[in-house]
Amino acid sequence: MRQAYRKYLLGNEAIAQGILESGVSLVAGYPGTPSSEIIPIIAQNAESYEQPLHVEWSVNEKVAVEVAAGAAYCNKRAAVTMKHVGLNVAADPFMTLAYTGVTGGLVLIVVDDPGCHSSQNEQDSRRYAQFAKIPCLDPSTPQEAYELTKYAFNLSEMFEIPVMLRPTTRVSHARATVTTTGITHAQRPAAFSNNPKRWVMIPKHARGRHVHLNALQPQLRAELALLNQLKLGRSKLGVVTGGVSAKYVEEAVKRLKLRSSVLKVTAYPIEEGLIKTLAENVARILVIEELEPVIEEQVLAAAPSVHVYGKHTGHVPRESELTVDRVMHSFETLLGRSTDIDIPVALSAVEDTLPPRPPVLCAGCPHRATFYALRKVFKNEAVYLGDIGCYTLGVYLRTIDTTLCMGASIGMSGGFSEVCDRKVISIIGDSTFIHTGVPALINAVYNGANVVLVILDNGTTAMTGHQPHPCTGITATGSATFPTPMEELITAIGVNNLQVVDPYNVFETEEAFGNAKKGEGVQVIIARRPCVITAKKAGTLLAMNRRDSSACENCQLCNKLFCPAMSYGEEGASISEDCVGCGLCEHGRAYHCHRRQQTAT
Amino acid sequence: MSRMSKFDCIIVGVGGQGSIFASRVLGEAALREGYEITSAETHGMAQRGGTVEVHVRLGSSYGPLIPLRTADAIVGLEPTECVRFARYVSPNGTAIVNTCPIPAPGITYPPVSTLIDVLSLTCQRVIAYNATKLALEAGNPKTLNVVMLGTLSRFLSLSTLEEAIADYVPKKALAANLKAFRLGKNAVDSA
Repeated sequence: MRQAYRKYLLGNEAIAQGILESGVSLVAGYPGTPSSEIIPIIAQNAESYEQPLHVEWSVNEKVAVEVAAGAAYCNKRAAVTMKHVGLNVAADPFMTLAYTGVTGGLVLIVVDDPGCHSSQNEQDSRRYAQFAKIPCLDPSTPQEAYELTKYAFNLSEMFEIPVMLRPTTRVSHARATVTTTGITHAQRPAAFSNNPKRWVMIPKHARGRHVHLNALQPQLRAELALLNQLKLGRSKLGVVTGGVSAKYVEEAVKRLKLRSSVLKVTAYPIEEGLIKTLAENVARILVIEELEPVIEEQVLAAAPSVHVYGKHTGHVPRESELTVDRVMHSFETLLGRSTDIDIPVALSAVEDTLPPRPPVLCAGCPHRATFYALRKVFKNEAVYLGDIGCYTLGVYLRTIDTTLCMGASIGMSGGFSEVCDRKVISIIGDSTFIHTGVPALINAVYNGANVVLVILDNGTTAMTGHQPHPCTGITATGSATFPTPMEELITAIGVNNLQVVDPYNVFETEEAFGNAKKGEGVQVIIARRPCVITAKKAGTLLAMNRRDSSACENCQLCNKLFCPAMSYGEEGASISEDCVGCGLCEHGRAYHCHRRQQTAT
Repeated sequence: MSRMSKFDCIIVGVGGQGSIFASRVLGEAALREGYEITSAETHGMAQRGGTVEVHVRLGSSYGPLIPLRTADAIVGLEPTECVRFARYVSPNGTAIVNTCPIPAPGITYPPVSTLIDVLSLTCQRVIAYNATKLALEAGNPKTLNVVMLGTLSRFLSLSTLEEAIADYVPKKALAANLKAFRLGKNAVDSA
């Protein structure tokens, strides 16, 4: 037996370690912060893994779940990773997988983002697990995430049902000391046995499987009861908590010197026994959990004899993430104590005047150049429908008017172009286009939308950390594959008006947009230029001209480009070494002042 | 220095300055020396240019986020960012702040002296110096984070920070990083 290892791991690294030790045969997913690190770690280990292991970035989360389900139908262990909103895309297979179940362990790792650090909403995936009636495990630390990942495979096989592991940002993107066993479980043999009543969900079979799924629930609750912990204290106040909030409660209780009883919920569906035991020992229960009142609703139902406080009484916020301070505030409000934190007045006053530092597109980002040309040609005469990616930051350049979900820039164009009197522009990245943009483009052509579709093709999934996608011709493990031909795909859909431009060539890009402005129907312009980060790494920017600012007259008009390589002081503009020489600031009337400077390279 | 039981520290800066790298080196050294350690990174959706906030908790088994007004130290790689998160530092704590600003595009920057003054009103000790200059002196502007880690090391009883740096930086950059660490360590006496 190998010795235990103690490491300083990111929560997602701990989950990846748990997956590897569980003897998985297949891992699939689509990138999404804060879940994206798991697949690259598995991919790095795939070749040296003692057993055959397939790992892939799938085209989207729906397909990823189906790929993983395929392996799990064949008795093999499989995992699938995504962020919370990815589960919306995968909801179709997800809901019915609960009916069919699996034979090999299938673990869905769905990472929630309370506080929307990098997401368009803060939906609570525990609700999805509840909706599908599958078990959900909610780790509070990277160590628990590692252990629960391994347990999830066993649980999945014990009940032949998919299991959700639901970490949050503060678990997946926390680092902590994690002790791992380093022992790898042997893989299961592959076997698919034909059984139409189980695998073919025609209405007659589905009705039977629904009965089976409901019948499993009491057994699941009984098994999962072992994961929940009750520590009885001396006071008449009880707390029920779960996930990372349990750690905040631990610290808040200590700092406030409370002697409360604490019930920590780690697994759903919740077995009610411990809630009832708690209720017998206290007069009041405060429920502290992030986002939806999933635990709270069950406590209210199970403990009618005690006063229950939480979101429904306004003691705990239902939005954003919790912190120790917010949890202390909940306790203090309930206990009628003062809740003030002593922040110096001088500090508060200065805080209010601090310049905000919103995330911006990188210096030399090709999207900035595309947005500049778009704005110059279409001005306020167009509506700019955006999508999910770095380019959502175009909102600061006034070229993103909407952002809803993956692929919606193209889907919504059908509605906008029917009723809106402005020209409709859809803006989408290459990875997002392949993810869900393709069916929407087919729809736009089929139903006669009137839209200028701009595909910002930087050859990668940039925002989540530069993962490859089908058009790149590279897989998750770095091996070569058939690159999906973007232009041929678009042409085959029926788009006759397709043009490819280099956004650094601003005149060419403006001309293409100018022509599109006069055109009708579905027109596609691919603005193609590698992401500046990948270009830097590849060393392909060396021949570019850096800019200097010696002729600056401090008109500050180029300030509107939000380029992080440019800043302004009393002496006018200064250009930092982050400048890659994209040349955008030289274009147009306002940008004449920066003159070219040959770099030594 | 006696073995510390617990040390909470906030490291803040602008994307690309190396706040996360500094926290990882700190974590690795603490791991070697047998501490429980946890940390949390918060950064916006973009790769660069936004605010980066890292909470590092040595000797703690609680959650990764430090409560307000309790951190033993705040390390600000950029002065406005240091003030933005100064409410985390304890009244008895220390602020270590780089005086070299990174102005945000399109926005007027406040006077650095105002920022240092408000830090002095927030916590017991402020160590303010031009760490960017020291990084250049060390031979590599990217060693700014290591300069400041050197200053922080005076408040920690970790003896393996230099070894952790050696494990993390490329060989050709090691000499500059070790020089940066020592320059930062000595900056306490001159600041």
